[in-house]
Amino acid sequence: MSKTVITAEPGIPMVIITREFDAPRDLVFRAHTDPDLLVRWLGPRDLTLTVDRYEVRDGGTWRYVNTDADGNTFGFHGVFHGDPSPDAIVQTFEFEGAPGHVCLQTATLADRDGRTLLRTVSSFQSVEDRDAMVSSGMERGVRDSDERLAGLLAQLQAR
Amino acid sequence: MATDRLSLVFGALADPTRRAILVRLADGEATVAELAAPFSVSQPAISRHLKVLENAGLVSRTRRATARLSRLEAEPLRDVTTWLARYQQFWDQSYERLDDLLGALRASQENNDPEGKPQ
Repeated sequence: MSKTVITAEPGIPMVIITREFDAPRDLVFRAHTDPDLLVRWLGPRDLTLTVDRYEVRDGGTWRYVNTDADGNTFGFHGVFHGDPSPDAIVQTFEFEGAPGHVCLQTATLADRDGRTLLRTVSSFQSVEDRDAMVSSGMERGVRDSDERLAGLLAQLQAR
Repeated sequence: MATDRLSLVFGALADPTRRAILVRLADGEATVAELAAPFSVSQPAISRHLKVLENAGLVSRTRRATARLSRLEAEPLRDVTTWLARYQQFWDQSYERLDDLLGALRASQENNDPEGKPQ
């Protein structure tokens, strides 16, 4: 199965995520822009996603809230820039726990012989913001893995 | 983990010479002269890089007889990989759910159900 590739270069306030899906791009686009579909996949299964508003148009605003098993809530909101299309979904993204720290996201969907390559580029205001966002809200336990460490060293070596 | 430590580690990793020093130290302890040998930079320059790595907790320095040895400290690198692993897990799980949803939507489209409602 295709794998999610996350690139977060040291010293650069960006994160790039790529993933291929076995579906045509209009369907992948729909899953990203129809709030009834969004709540069925965005986030791990143990978080409940509730969409407050999702105005998919130039200047439209969106807001959704994640609720964990203990009832803790995490709100996020932003604005769409330009009419979202499979060529580009451009939006701002702000975690309400850290107001003023805004991230700009551009998602593009490319046709790959009937499959779809999704590429999401997130630009943060600073490397510190990027690091805080990536490490926040995802505190579930992940085993330390020497394989990952070995992988990082291999990546370092390849540069 | 504290973000400021993460910033120090990322700052230290941002330089290609420092990354090469870490890769060399993954093979074992080394002196400044040994670390400088593969590079076209002076030993004082290597010492400055080692200072940055030491501040980030990526390298510790010990003295053996007259030689000053540098050693790789892997723990901060492990923190960095754990940090990414959490984010990776968030998106892995989301996109696996999206795979399932897209499969269900395609199946319902074939059954002429444009709404794609679950079950």
